[in-house]
Amino acid sequence: MNVVEIDGVSQRYGRATVLHGLNLNLAPGEVLGLFGHNGAGKTTAMKLVLGLLRASAGQVRVFGRAPSDPHVRRWLGYLPENVTFYPQLSGVETLRHFARLKGAPMHQVDSLLEDVGLTAAATRRVKTYSKGMRQRLGLAQALLGEPRLLLLDEPTVGLDPFATQDLYRLLDRLRAAGTSIILCSHVLPGVEAHINRAAILTQGRLLALGSLAQLRAEAGLPTLIRGSGLQRVEVLQKRWSAAGHVTRPWGDEGLQVAACNGSKVELLRQLLAEDSPSDVEILAPSLEDLYRHYMNSHQITAQEAAL
Amino acid sequence: MSPVWNMARKEFCDGLRNRWLLAISLLFAVLAIGIAWLGAAAAGQLGFTSIAATIASLASLATFLMPLIALLLAYDAIVGEDESGTLLLLLTYPLGRGQILLGKFVGHGLILALATVLGFGCAMLAIALLVDDVELGVLLWAFGRFMLTSTLLGWVFLGLAYALSSRCAEKSTAAGLALGVWFFFVLVFDLALLALLVVGKGQFNPQGLPWLLLLNPTDVYRLINLSGFGTGTQSIGVMALGTDLDVPPQALWACLLAWVAGPLALAYGMFLRRGA
Repeated sequence: MNVVEIDGVSQRYGRATVLHGLNLNLAPGEVLGLFGHNGAGKTTAMKLVLGLLRASAGQVRVFGRAPSDPHVRRWLGYLPENVTFYPQLSGVETLRHFARLKGAPMHQVDSLLEDVGLTAAATRRVKTYSKGMRQRLGLAQALLGEPRLLLLDEPTVGLDPFATQDLYRLLDRLRAAGTSIILCSHVLPGVEAHINRAAILTQGRLLALGSLAQLRAEAGLPTLIRGSGLQRVEVLQKRWSAAGHVTRPWGDEGLQVAACNGSKVELLRQLLAEDSPSDVEILAPSLEDLYRHYMNSHQITAQEAAL
Repeated sequence: MSPVWNMARKEFCDGLRNRWLLAISLLFAVLAIGIAWLGAAAAGQLGFTSIAATIASLASLATFLMPLIALLLAYDAIVGEDESGTLLLLLTYPLGRGQILLGKFVGHGLILALATVLGFGCAMLAIALLVDDVELGVLLWAFGRFMLTSTLLGWVFLGLAYALSSRCAEKSTAAGLALGVWFFFVLVFDLALLALLVVGKGQFNPQGLPWLLLLNPTDVYRLINLSGFGTGTQSIGVMALGTDLDVPPQALWACLLAWVAGPLALAYGMFLRRGA
């Protein structure tokens, strides 16, 4: 059974439609990355799953039930974008309050504070917390009661690179334990390794959905091969250009070639056979490249439709 | 523990933390003791006069204060949480909107009840100990009734505060409306009623007019507290109408309770309609 099922959901605010016929499923233990610009409908999709909004059309099921079901909420953890708390309470008081509301065991509070690195600041008022600390407290709050579905809206905002890595490690641990996670973000670098599937939303429509490998195959973006410290840059460049590859000088004695459609290994072999590079870099298309690709192709189709 | 109680606990602890409970209790105690001993100063007397006069003065005072305090305590209950972002979080927790509202009501209601008992209870104790020839039974009865109705009056305005807090999109609007509600029930309503009497010059049905008092919880509150002292007290202003009102005290109590339930139900309806 899927943890989340979104079937043909449209959402309208007054006359503005913010989601158009969205179809999205989430399997147990799966991490889904939801990417898009501001106003693409990411937060709206999350609010639908949380039962904060009722879909104007279509159906949302969470654990096979309606999202507004109180039982469902017991299994949910949610970290809102720009999370805020009661400024006059301390970190530990905040977590205790929310643990009571969720029916989570009290001993979990201390271990969660430890997990997010807030033990030292636990007795300080939340008012004095930095953005990153508030974010970490928000994460601890979302993890209360060991939720089976975790919804994280921009969880890395305000976190330093170390804390971001900690967060990703935590997500990996939760995923291994069978927690399903929906991760909303527009910060892309670094997240690839931690998600199973990516969904790209724009203007309330699903542009692309699939694992990174699927999206790469679908987009057909080239892998870039960069060799540096080459002796015979011109010869290689001439030969590859003649063969129809796109090349570009890279630094002083280097060359970059775009390998399309599985020509990567062949090009690499040629590079190593005909020259003796001091270093070779192979850049597979990143999530950011894929994102840009889908956004651009969407813009082009939209422009064509307008003409 | 039930979610309602958990919400209530947080509100009550907030009331302790920000010294609301302490401040209100002290205010009530000082004012009540002051009124008990200096209330008759205008009549050229100093010191405690009678239970009836003291209760009458206290009731007039509480009519002003209690609604104001309740509205101040609760006007930002919903809209404040919304503005600070915590309402979004609460709504994703396994508790319904009714439970959130009821929890807040229980928490705030306890603060008001405790402050009333502490504050006015001190005054009662002081009178019992310092005044020689006071009838303890009457004192206990009158003050008990006064404290109970004062608490109920506070609860009425808590409900009204939640209603407008659920309705407003901004805290400042809620604060303005809260002041408006206070102004209407405490000042405008009685003046309008008096104006109706004077301008109408008896054209209105004299049997019907006193019933209008029941439309104002502060008037119901004063009617309850002024009754039962025999002929010793003289009703002034709009309260004089009450002497024409032929309803048993139980009906007045029921009316006050209805005034607690009504606004609370209204607030629930408003909260349900509020978007997330």
